[in-house]
Amino acid sequence: MPEKYHIHAEPAEPRYQPVFKLSSTERDQCLGCNDCAKRNCIYDVYKKREFLSSELVDSSGSFCKSCMRCVQECKNNILSKLLNPEYTQIGNSYWTPAILTSLWQQAHAGKIPVSGAGYDGPFSGTGFDDMWTDMSEIVRPTRDGIHGREYISTSIDIGTKLDRLHFNGQELADDLPPMFSLPLPIIFDVPRQAGTWRGVKQAVQQAARKLQTLAFCDDRESTGSHIIPRYSINEKIEPDNSSKMIEIFLESCEGQLIDKAEKLAGEISKSKPGLVICIGLPISKNTAQTVVKLAKNKIGTFHLYANHSGRGTGSDSDYFIKEIVRETHRGLLAESIRDCVTILAGGGIAMAEHVAKLIACGADGVVVDNALLVALECRMCLECLEEEPCHVHIDAIDPQWGTKRIVNLLASWHSQLIEVMGAMGLREVRRLRGETGRVMFFRDLEEECYAPIFGKRVW
Amino acid sequence: MLCTDIRKESMVNIIKTPSRFKNRIGKFAVHRSERCTSCGKCVTVCPYSVFVKAGDKMLRPKSYLCSGLKCAESEKGCVKNCPAGALSVAVNPNYKVLGDYRWTPDLIVSTWYQAETGELPYMEIESDSGNSGGGLDRIRIKARPKESIDPKKVDMRINLNKRNDGRPSLIIDMPIYGGGMSFGSISESTMIGRAKNAAAWNTLTCTGEGGYPEALHPYDNHVITQVATGLFGVREETIQRVRMVEFKYAQGAKPGLGGHLLGDKVTEAVARMRESVKGNPLFSPFPFHSVYSIEDHKKHVDWIKHINPKTLVSTKVSTPTDVEMVAVGSYYAGAHVIHIDGSYGGTGAAPEIAKKNIAMPIDYAINKTHRFLTQEGIRDKITLIASGGLRTAHDIFKAIALGADGVVIGTSEMVALECLRCKNCESGRGCARGIATTDPLLGVMFSVDWAFQRMYNLYASFDKQLRKLVAAAGCSSVTEVVGRTELLLHLDYENNENKDKDG
Ligand code: SF4
Ligand code: SF4
Ligand code: SF4
Ligand code: SF4
Repeated sequence: MPEKYHIHAEPAEPRYQPVFKLSSTERDQCLGCNDCAKRNCIYDVYKKREFLSSELVDSSGSFCKSCMRCVQECKNNILSKLLNPEYTQIGNSYWTPAILTSLWQQAHAGKIPVSGAGYDGPFSGTGFDDMWTDMSEIVRPTRDGIHGREYISTSIDIGTKLDRLHFNGQELADDLPPMFSLPLPIIFDVPRQAGTWRGVKQAVQQAARKLQTLAFCDDRESTGSHIIPRYSINEKIEPDNSSKMIEIFLESCEGQLIDKAEKLAGEISKSKPGLVICIGLPISKNTAQTVVKLAKNKIGTFHLYANHSGRGTGSDSDYFIKEIVRETHRGLLAESIRDCVTILAGGGIAMAEHVAKLIACGADGVVVDNALLVALECRMCLECLEEEPCHVHIDAIDPQWGTKRIVNLLASWHSQLIEVMGAMGLREVRRLRGETGRVMFFRDLEEECYAPIFGKRVW
Repeated sequence: MLCTDIRKESMVNIIKTPSRFKNRIGKFAVHRSERCTSCGKCVTVCPYSVFVKAGDKMLRPKSYLCSGLKCAESEKGCVKNCPAGALSVAVNPNYKVLGDYRWTPDLIVSTWYQAETGELPYMEIESDSGNSGGGLDRIRIKARPKESIDPKKVDMRINLNKRNDGRPSLIIDMPIYGGGMSFGSISESTMIGRAKNAAAWNTLTCTGEGGYPEALHPYDNHVITQVATGLFGVREETIQRVRMVEFKYAQGAKPGLGGHLLGDKVTEAVARMRESVKGNPLFSPFPFHSVYSIEDHKKHVDWIKHINPKTLVSTKVSTPTDVEMVAVGSYYAGAHVIHIDGSYGGTGAAPEIAKKNIAMPIDYAINKTHRFLTQEGIRDKITLIASGGLRTAHDIFKAIALGADGVVIGTSEMVALECLRCKNCESGRGCARGIATTDPLLGVMFSVDWAFQRMYNLYASFDKQLRKLVAAAGCSSVTEVVGRTELLLHLDYENNENKDKDG
């Protein structure tokens, strides 16, 4: 058995005061009581409070746990807690304030978010929120095992796989196609705009190396076995010898481009037989059938791209990544070639649960992008796309610090992945791939449980 | 013969039990500006005693008593009648930060009010459903032609032993009992308050997996000993002294993960009870290491039945896709009660990823299980209990109409003790409001009597509402409601003819 894969987290303090949910206000009528409600705060919020002149905020909001005792105990009823307007404004409808603050916390401490008092969110939603993961009541790896002796493997294989071996007498008849393993079903990418931020790029690449995974990269300066150089189809492709894998990225699934990519891939693999060649495709109506077509012609690795909200771009914005991955997975199954192909997919991966869910929908591995920036305190305002300066000066980070933050985030995600797999009774993430029997979809449950009672749902 | 209402009405009564806190958080805030001349007009105008005049000074308005904006905007209200134009009424900003989608600020304030008075609030507050946008929150109880059944005469009892296996019957006076909350996760006042309340209503409460403190001894007849995977504090004598033992296989908040008590909460007393070490976190494993099949489960059930020949056995599981198979398995293993705990409830610490994602919401699982047990021909031989995010009398009625015999509640009891779901119960010293904590200073923020009476009042309000709902459904006993899905409608489905009323 390989050595147990474990990610060591080391706390990495935020550079900025994280945006907090509640702010304190106070009417100007303090009586100066001896037994002040502020002094009785069990979290010492008012004692620790200071005014941060650099950010023009009072730090109390970040320590306050909103127990409301001070509000309810103050003798002159002068204290209030209000929703911090800044909190409601960060992020967007996909990258919600709750997701951002939780990711910051995870990147800070590297721990699984734990809280009391049940689940507080909506019943279900769109995107990844219309599914639940299953659990099995008795037979499973045990939880004390997960955190102790037992091994739940999170490693995946990337590359083309043969459906079976052919022999010529005693000899193998085919060359074995290139393939390698990663200990984690997660690969890094940085959104385009981040490519010019040196510190960010370095942090992501160092973190990839530390975690023994890979990072996509558009420039040719970064090299090493942890780098996946990404080429556009019109570029001259000259992979250096250190890479395990390169990607040829296509703007669309248009026929001519596809033919060209297929030809190119053929040529490169002749000259570099050990290199895994991945075809990058945006998600669209045609993605699934394109993958199936190429896979039938011996292309073995794909990377499906969605935007930061998990959707296609332009006229393809109705498509969500998990649906396209499902469709692709099914298409490959129908041709009995699913096991020969590796599907990577990313865009809109904002929480650890998205990793598990996308894999259950049919991805072998998940590509994480914007979440890495959030680990570095990005607030997903996306103004950098309009070339506005970054509010948190993300371009000026110390790469060492950035590496720690990303490693912490992944430590938390890795543990969470293991928690859900443990609950499902799975010991290997490879077996989660496409296992929709281990998840439940909102529509199916409505159909199964409510249609017999209430009739027809209005969608 | 048992009379319909064994409960000694004379022994306990609803007693008004206000908040422990000086400043109450209500939904509305009444503001009086400096223009006030202390004329006292508002004192006579307001029907809810918001204003009080002491001598010639006006006291601060008791905003939490204000009924709402409708009154404020009406001709009769204080705002229009103040000669100085000094008054305004708005939604309280502090109220807006309470709660969440499931436990809306309205539900929190309404539960507080019920715990204080035993009645539903008169204010403009939605007291029946939350705002999660699915499941029970989109299901409504159909309005029906008026029935002549007297709610007071409705038979609310349920029998937890339907097996006819020679063991005693266990009849509780309402289709509700308290869920497992362990010593270690909640304070002693909370725990004993719960037991006292269970006794007052002739129903049950559960130890959780933290052992059986001696202080619960007087309530033995109303306590369920929980046997969970960690076997913390489980002893033969605590199995022998109760009328029902519960096997906890899983819990909705962290299905498939087992329990977890953080080190901070393992105080001296908790460690003693659990035979563990102070300050060390306690994981209870998942699953039972000795149970890998229904046959193994049967061995467990037989073991309990052997140790206590009079006790009933309940199996608590969470809700995987095949929850109905698990239920059938439990029946064949000899359980009297199958308790399914859905994924959205829970009071203790759990990973957020688990709370949100793992297993099926109870909203689906109830009817699925009920239907399958019926098809298998064993529905009337096992008691089906549901829990996991049930908050109000309406939720309870819906759960029963979907097919449960009864429900278990947990969070609502905590809210009755003024929990506001800030979710810090797991961290540091635990709950700052003294509910879910074993911290010696925080655990004494309220007395057993206060806790008891608040929960008693809440149950009284539930009881009253449920009786009305059952009577309105044309049933004279709550057992007649079980599985009557035609009493319900779902706002997102076609043919929901009563939409006008609630939609
Ligand atoms: S609300 Fe609670 S945690 Fe926040 S400052 Fe007041 S007493 Fe402290
Ligand atoms: S009616 Fe107006 S002026 Fe008179 S006491 Fe009330 S608030 Fe003051
Ligand atoms: S609005 Fe009505 S209930 Fe509220 S304070 Fe004024 S008179 Fe009283
Ligand atoms: S810590 Fe907050 S959520 Fe937990 S019991 Fe106390 S008040 Fe409720």
